[in-house]
Amino acid sequence: MIQVEHLFKHYPDKVALDDINLTFPAEQTIAIVGPSGSGKSTLLRSLNLLERPDQGKLQIDDLTLDLSQPITTSQILQIRQKTAMVFQEKALFTHLTVMRNLTEGPIKVQKKNKQEAEAKASELLEQFGMSELADRYPYQLSGGQQQRVAILRALAMSPKYLLLDEPTSALDPELEAQVLRVLKDLAKKDTSMVVVTHNMAFAEQVADQIVFIDDGKVGYNGATETFFHSDSERIQQFLGAMSF
Amino acid sequence: MIDFFNLAVKYLPELFMTALKYTLPLTAIAFFFGIILASITAIIRVAKLPQNEWAAAALQLLKWLAAAYVWFFRSTPLLVQLFIVFYGLPNAHIALFQSAWVSAITVFSLNTGAYASETIRASIASVPEVQKQAAESLGMTSAQVYWNVVLPQAARISIPPLSNSLISLLKDTSLASVITIVEIFYLAQQIAAANYKVLSMYILVAMVYAFFTSILAIAQHYLEKYTSRFAQ
Repeated sequence: MIQVEHLFKHYPDKVALDDINLTFPAEQTIAIVGPSGSGKSTLLRSLNLLERPDQGKLQIDDLTLDLSQPITTSQILQIRQKTAMVFQEKALFTHLTVMRNLTEGPIKVQKKNKQEAEAKASELLEQFGMSELADRYPYQLSGGQQQRVAILRALAMSPKYLLLDEPTSALDPELEAQVLRVLKDLAKKDTSMVVVTHNMAFAEQVADQIVFIDDGKVGYNGATETFFHSDSERIQQFLGAMSF
Repeated sequence: MIDFFNLAVKYLPELFMTALKYTLPLTAIAFFFGIILASITAIIRVAKLPQNEWAAAALQLLKWLAAAYVWFFRSTPLLVQLFIVFYGLPNAHIALFQSAWVSAITVFSLNTGAYASETIRASIASVPEVQKQAAESLGMTSAQVYWNVVLPQAARISIPPLSNSLISLLKDTSLASVITIVEIFYLAQQIAAANYKVLSMYILVAMVYAFFTSILAIAQHYLEKYTSRFAQ
């Protein structure tokens, strides 16, 4: 379980996170939605400390951090070993093949030996039907393939929680569908996921829980079904703005 | 023409031997230390200030030193730097470097380091931020991010400009002649003074420089080709 309490993040010109209190249960898929600039990504990036909130408590399983105190590098690394992140933009290591992208973390961070890391990577590639991509470099892949490899790179770390920051927003609809199918598969297997998304159809189909972030605050936190049939004027306005 | 050909046959072996004994080692050693110095300087200049106040103050001081170093060596002529170190300092009884070799290596290394640090700084900055974040999110330490993700990509980008620095350095070693090092240009001057074949001797020595710099340019080409396997 990931839990945040009284999370605040101030930028010089705005409050990005304004007293956020949330629990992300394990083995569930939680979709974070909300308007652009509402603080969704900042919240997600706070969960693995890529963003450093000014105040609040972050708890991942048995590890609790008071974010208003100085945090040591080893605490940050501990948090990051429990989580893995997939980014919005192309974030594969461009100088490494797909296989090396998948084994770099396990070898360099988890100190696994090469055979073990490669066996696990091959297994993942096989499982998601991408074995033939193993020796290619990122520039030789389509955007959708790159993003699916990025998901596998995260999974290769065997993280407890998978964090995804708008993983499909840079893709064409067709390529987006490929990636969303992978995420749907993962959700069915009870992978613990927190995904920031603009794709409401995906959120409605796949998420067990919706968190609606509006202007740095939690505007809704609860069941998916209830969110999409909410009476709240603000939520209806948001959902209305997403369709045309 | 036949005269020039005879001179070439007579003096080229000696010029080549001298290049192998002086010009090339001077270039190689100075470039080696220059790149180390450049890397350290560049990393200091791009490093983010840590949260700890004392560490931040120390790093800020290093950043100023690094900036001052780059400023000094880029804003003064190499020839003047050589004169200051080899003739100037001993004259003021600061006998840091009695040896012409040590003086030459020091000045060439510092000079190359200043220029190359800017190249390396730009190359590091050109690696996309999101790849660094991806590496961090995998749990890599800052050092691991630099070593495994930033440096391999920065190295590829810096090959053409660093090759420029290396080629310039090889030619600039001719300036070592003014601090008594008998490298090929000095040798060519001595021979020309004795046989009066001034134009021919200088053309010959120019050809020797061109020969070695061309080899470097060819090496650069293949290095670029090899390291471009992961880019379009």
